[in-house]
Amino acid sequence: MSRRDGNPARTAWLVVAGLVVFMLALAGCGGGSDTTAGGSSSEALQKLGKGEGEVSLISWAGYVEPGWTKPFEQKTGCKVNDKEAGTSDEMVELMKTGQYDGVSASGNATARLVAAGLVAPVNTDLVPNYKTVFSDLKDQPYNTFEGVNYGIPHGRGANLLMWNGNDVKPAPDSWNVMFDPKVAAKYKGKISVYDESSYIADAAMYLKFHQPELGIENPYELNEEQFNAAIDLLKEQSPNVGEYWSEAAKQISAFAGGDVTVGTTWQYQYFALKEEGVPVQASPASQGFLPKEGATGWSDTWMIAKDAKHPNCMYEWMNWIIEPKVNAEVAEWFGEAPAQELACKETANKNFCAEYHAEEPDFWKRVYYWETPLADCGNGEEDCMDYNDWVKAWTTIKG
Amino acid sequence: MASEAVAERRSAGHRLADLLHGRERLQVGALLAGPVGWLVIGYLGSLALLLVAAFWSVDPLSGATIKEFTLENFESLVNEPVYRDIVWRTVRTALLVTLTDAVIAFPIAFYMAKLASRRGKALLVIGILLPLWSSYLVKVYAWRTLLSANGAINWALDPIGLHGPGYGMTAVWLVMSYLWLPYMILPIYAGLERIPNSLISASEDLGASPFTTFRRVILPLSFPAVVAGSIFTFSLTLGDYITPRLVSNDQFIGNVIFSNVANNQPFAAALAIVPIVVTIAYLLVARRLGAFEHV
Repeated sequence: MSRRDGNPARTAWLVVAGLVVFMLALAGCGGGSDTTAGGSSSEALQKLGKGEGEVSLISWAGYVEPGWTKPFEQKTGCKVNDKEAGTSDEMVELMKTGQYDGVSASGNATARLVAAGLVAPVNTDLVPNYKTVFSDLKDQPYNTFEGVNYGIPHGRGANLLMWNGNDVKPAPDSWNVMFDPKVAAKYKGKISVYDESSYIADAAMYLKFHQPELGIENPYELNEEQFNAAIDLLKEQSPNVGEYWSEAAKQISAFAGGDVTVGTTWQYQYFALKEEGVPVQASPASQGFLPKEGATGWSDTWMIAKDAKHPNCMYEWMNWIIEPKVNAEVAEWFGEAPAQELACKETANKNFCAEYHAEEPDFWKRVYYWETPLADCGNGEEDCMDYNDWVKAWTTIKG
Repeated sequence: MASEAVAERRSAGHRLADLLHGRERLQVGALLAGPVGWLVIGYLGSLALLLVAAFWSVDPLSGATIKEFTLENFESLVNEPVYRDIVWRTVRTALLVTLTDAVIAFPIAFYMAKLASRRGKALLVIGILLPLWSSYLVKVYAWRTLLSANGAINWALDPIGLHGPGYGMTAVWLVMSYLWLPYMILPIYAGLERIPNSLISASEDLGASPFTTFRRVILPLSFPAVVAGSIFTFSLTLGDYITPRLVSNDQFIGNVIFSNVANNQPFAAALAIVPIVVTIAYLLVARRLGAFEHV
């Protein structure tokens, strides 16, 4: 026993040492960089051909449902393969595999997809329904890069302020219930916050309204000073937070179980909780207003992969999803405003577009759609905090 | 025709047998080629690749990896106090959970190994293994419901004027101790089973009190088993990130890896080295304590 005892340890150390040396060698010799230049070099499709028989999509849950894929398959002969993704990061990762033809990207993924050269420009002439898309959704910074269109708008919505009507009275009209230390202290330990770095924009949006001297224009374009102010606000908020949520199910159980009473949420959780009989209230869908600071939100874009294997079917899909009837169906099913103007005539609930403010550009001016934070924020200097800074800061906020 | 083919096959089999006959190394080599190949290429190879990435960096916009040697990931890991806090919190919890499980598991294992009837033993083994049949996620969610403000724990404690711990580090400690308890009980049980009853009788015959028997005979003989069990509880706690996410707001090492893995794999890889180093250190201590001597 004792003679053999010393040897395994030495062997183990040798293996570890060997691995380390091997690693270092590999890391050093890797050399170069596989960063690809932007996608602007690739040309958009010029002429639509015959469908390839199938199309592979990456989507948010609820965007690709049998209700509108079945008729699409019958009409075009393109079989739909769908992969649902839970976060924008996941979407970018999936697109890197090169197995998909298109993705329903939110604004915090689109710029990254374009920069990584994963998506191609879209020739909107080949998408007849694009003409009647709401004009305030066209040529936006999250779907158009250097004047080139990179996608077809799908729909939009605002993140909601939701509260339990039994505990929070009177109904709040401002995010100060979550951010103002004096007001928020009333709900200490009962505040529900979205657990992702993009939530920093919610703090920036609050500061834009309440501390105009910081000069925040766009809550996704923050210089160091503005960024630090937002981070400080979030650190101040942190002791009052009952729970950070990232899965919808987690937030639903927290509201249902009485662990939190006020927080930021999506339509999905709000409707689910109403159905469970929890007395939640929210803005704007039920109340017809946004908190006075506005809100962060999303405006999603269908993008086509640069090396799509089924480009014709993908174009068919992008046209199909903004077909008035289909877009109305998707929007009502999911609970968001349609991108297609004519969809408002096709909704089952005739008041739907009014309730979701689909036709009111002024309403959407106060909704700050998710964007990718970039170092370059349009002033010619690279002095803004980029996405990695946001992710790292988010870790420090939660501590 | 058919018989010819059979003959040929048989002769091929015979040739193989001839080849292997008396060549022990070849026999062992052929037997181990598959598993060892998997271990080296599939297991250690992918681990090595992951670790190599720790010395690379990432293009902030496109998220593409820049394959040039840099130490910046490790620098920010060391220089930013938040990561030290997170590492220390994770290790501390892992130690606490291990200790808790050891204290709970030992009496149960002892009862199973030495006192219970055959029937009672079988029932206890089933009882301990049963929770392992249900999904990890379901168990954590069950605890989430138990611990919630309107949950069963508060409901039960309310009449005596007490409150449950709610979500937080206490909840993480409770849930993890619950989750990994079977992994502690089973090795200790196996270790205690191997201690001959005659040793205990001998100790009693020589006039030792039950406590002395426990301290001088049972504990030293079963200690390696406790250490072996602690390797499970310690490393499982160290690597978990779903429990902290569901029953607390506190971040563990795994949570930070998770939030970085999509956009900054090199940094996530650098973080992944931390639990590996901690586990290696723990294994070395365990080895010193004799955990691997009887296995």
